[in-house]
Amino acid sequence: MRFLRILGSVVGRGFRFLRRDKKAAAGSIILFVLLVITAFPSWFTPHDPAADAYTPGIGLSWTHLLGTTAQGQDVFSQVMAGTRQSVLIALIVGFFCTVISVIIGITAAYMGGLVDDGLSLLIDVILVIPTFPLIIVIVGYLRNTGFWLMIFVLTFTGWSYGARQLRVQALSLRNRDYLLAARARGEKSRYVIVVELIPPMTSLIVANFLGTALYALLASAGLQFIGLGDISTQSWGTMLYWAQNDEALATGLPLMVLAPGIAIALLGTSLALLNYAFDEVANPALRPVKIARARKVAA
Amino acid sequence: MNETLLQVRDLEVEYATPKGPAHAVGGVSFDLAKGEFLAIVGESGCGKSTLLFAIAQLLTYPGSISGGSVLFDGADFTSLSPEALRLRRWRDISVVMQSAMNALNPVLTIGAQLADACKAHTDWNDERIAQRSAEVLAMVAIDAAHLKSFPFQLSGGMRQRAMIAMALLLEPQLIIMDEPTSALDVVAQRSLMRQVATLRHGLGFAVIFVTHDMSVVSHYSDRLAVMYAGEIVELGPTREVFDHPEHPYSQGLMEAFPSLYGEPRELTGIAGNPPSLVEPPVGCLFAPRCAHANDECRSVRPELIAYGDHQVRCHWVARNKAS
Amino acid sequence: MRFLARRIGFLLIALWAAATVNFLIPRLMPGNPAEAMMGRLRGHINPASLHALEVAFGINTHQSLISSYFSYLNNCVHLNFGISLLDFPEPVSSVIAKALPWTVGLVGVSTILGFFIGTALGAISAWRRGGKLDSVMPPVFIVVSAFPYFWIGLMCIWLFGLTLNWLPYLGGYTETITPTLSWSFVVNILEHSVLPAFTITITAIGGWILTMRNNMITVVAEDYVKMGRAKGLKPRRILWQYAARNAMLPNLTGFAMSLGFVISGAILVEYVFNYPGVGFLLLQAVENEDYPLMQALFLLLTVAVLFAIFVADIATSLLDPRTRNNS
Repeated sequence: MRFLRILGSVVGRGFRFLRRDKKAAAGSIILFVLLVITAFPSWFTPHDPAADAYTPGIGLSWTHLLGTTAQGQDVFSQVMAGTRQSVLIALIVGFFCTVISVIIGITAAYMGGLVDDGLSLLIDVILVIPTFPLIIVIVGYLRNTGFWLMIFVLTFTGWSYGARQLRVQALSLRNRDYLLAARARGEKSRYVIVVELIPPMTSLIVANFLGTALYALLASAGLQFIGLGDISTQSWGTMLYWAQNDEALATGLPLMVLAPGIAIALLGTSLALLNYAFDEVANPALRPVKIARARKVAA
Repeated sequence: MNETLLQVRDLEVEYATPKGPAHAVGGVSFDLAKGEFLAIVGESGCGKSTLLFAIAQLLTYPGSISGGSVLFDGADFTSLSPEALRLRRWRDISVVMQSAMNALNPVLTIGAQLADACKAHTDWNDERIAQRSAEVLAMVAIDAAHLKSFPFQLSGGMRQRAMIAMALLLEPQLIIMDEPTSALDVVAQRSLMRQVATLRHGLGFAVIFVTHDMSVVSHYSDRLAVMYAGEIVELGPTREVFDHPEHPYSQGLMEAFPSLYGEPRELTGIAGNPPSLVEPPVGCLFAPRCAHANDECRSVRPELIAYGDHQVRCHWVARNKAS
Repeated sequence: MRFLARRIGFLLIALWAAATVNFLIPRLMPGNPAEAMMGRLRGHINPASLHALEVAFGINTHQSLISSYFSYLNNCVHLNFGISLLDFPEPVSSVIAKALPWTVGLVGVSTILGFFIGTALGAISAWRRGGKLDSVMPPVFIVVSAFPYFWIGLMCIWLFGLTLNWLPYLGGYTETITPTLSWSFVVNILEHSVLPAFTITITAIGGWILTMRNNMITVVAEDYVKMGRAKGLKPRRILWQYAARNAMLPNLTGFAMSLGFVISGAILVEYVFNYPGVGFLLLQAVENEDYPLMQALFLLLTVAVLFAIFVADIATSLLDPRTRNNS
């Protein structure tokens, strides 16, 4: 069907773009590595991450690449094991938020009128209510949040920003002539939206996904850090929670803080790099100024 | 004849592209006399706007002047320092752009935009500035109360006239206009052209007017230049070029505009596409589309040759004139 | 003025929505944590505060949902939020009042500094496209903004506090000193605020620089900037009055949106530095299951964000004449 063909060409263009642009290439390589670790954590954990069987407080060493925690757990294995939760939360929240914001943003722009007014109001109200305190309050009542509850709460508070952006862009596209032509041909609304309206918005949708994933990563890390995540499982934020709890910095165990922090930054940087690269796709004026050297012509 | 105001010699402009430099303007030369109205016509992408901004030294990356000179009243604009150039702007040459909505700063009032041009080049006090601003607005039939208005509060035609008023502020010798009528309807177009003509007769400034629609300008210009692929292919008194185009491209252009009064006839276009500016053809740039092209045309770039006061860049025309 | 009136209307709706959400959340929670809390309090506090809490948390059942909702709203307007469990038996409003100035100072200063410095840097870097600033800055800030706020705070503590011992890193002032209105005390406060403020500014600034730079690049290509050059205006005037002033407008609206983000970061930064502001207070309240305090703080933070948005709207309408007429 047409839709699959268009999807295929978009994906193809995406891959070619990722190869060409240095930022996007770097970002995708990092992301790919992290995804591999997410899928197969046991390949990368030399020791059992939860076992506190080792000498506590070792710094960098050959048996414990990133040292051990104050409780005697291997930091490196913890970082590897924690990858799964942090990466999955970021990507899943990003995915759900993007789907919701696409549906709501485009519906609002396409339908117009009262539907648009109502949805816009909803979007804007959720947007201005400070989400982190709201999350803290919700989670505060519930104490420990499991994986899926964290995802639910982050999705619920995170979709409105993307919805707003997509609505604005969809509005500007809605009245373009090619859409009017499609409607004049008698195409159904569903067709017009999916086949004609969404493809030009692809780069914005992707940029949105990446931005939301980044937000989810940092927000979930923050929540886990203050102990509102699931402290019995492995994740980067939880590692920081224990580090704070055990006063790692004051007791000379900076690796407990450095390791998960850098891990978060790695994922965050890859998302931000890809986001930056897609920004340039959406707005060609931002692309770096690359010119071939002018050939010197003999006078 | 009048004194020469502007001498453009072998002006070349290149645009940097990932595939190599694109030769947007290739070796343009012409003279402009004081008070003369020169129209430059050509299709989109022929380099006419680029030429205009190159003359005014307003090109921005990725465009840049790669050769030639622009002598204005004796001074070579291409070799002046940026500060020296800045001081001469608006006094010597002012600019009217295509879309006033885009060319006027949305967050400043009309009065403020008129004032900052004055303040940059004169030592007039506020009173004098206000006086002069009201004067120029009156010249284009805009009430002085609009000094306090913002651009979005004026109608399209008013904005365009406000731009012309702004161009007249310091009584420049040359006003360059980049398609100022393209965004207007025919009635507004005519009204604008008549306004420009009246002002010119009163104040005596020269005009270089760029457009893709030669019918707009044919009644007002002294000379008409036809541009193709970055070169001037024909240049001469307006009536002559209009009624007796010599270059095959100019002929094609005229053929494409049916006369309102003439016999009904078939519309003909010009087959083919403009050449690549990154890798232009070796010989005449128009040869690939020309019905009269021969081997010489395809291997040797023709020069602009003057036949009286009518210049044509074409081997075929040269051959005909010789025989 | 119609623009502002419409915005005020919207902000009031948002405030009402937040208050309603605040009202509904404890009622939706499984296990009814509020009941347990009330059990601990009954008999220890005065009836008015007890009633306020009952209304806020829906404990006392002889009021219908609707009427307790309206009593709750009434209490909110009168700033009657009940008693804090943390600082028993202090009323919530006074507990918050003690913490508020710290946060206002910290977040206010850092945000404003970050906004102005970031916007200016973004404008300059786009103006000199391809220059040193423009090529170095984006990659640096991409990386810096990928670190969580609080982690940067931890690093600052480790580097400047523990290792180099240049600055204090705990609390708003040295706990062992009694607060006096003397110069040395003020200096003490300032010293304690440097690291937290630096942390917030550093992480927030990247966003400003990048968005301003991107806006500027678009604006600089506009015809009116070319017109400015054609008129022979001084480059500095073109940069600020023609380019930056127009490029900044989308940033201003974004500023308000990002405030929520800044507040969330500030909460964590206060936690890391034990800085006695409302963010730290919120987290302590959560730890101690002090629901009245939590509720009141959420409302307060919402009001703060909405107020900041309103201020940004006023600034936008002052700087962009087009918004004054359009609704």
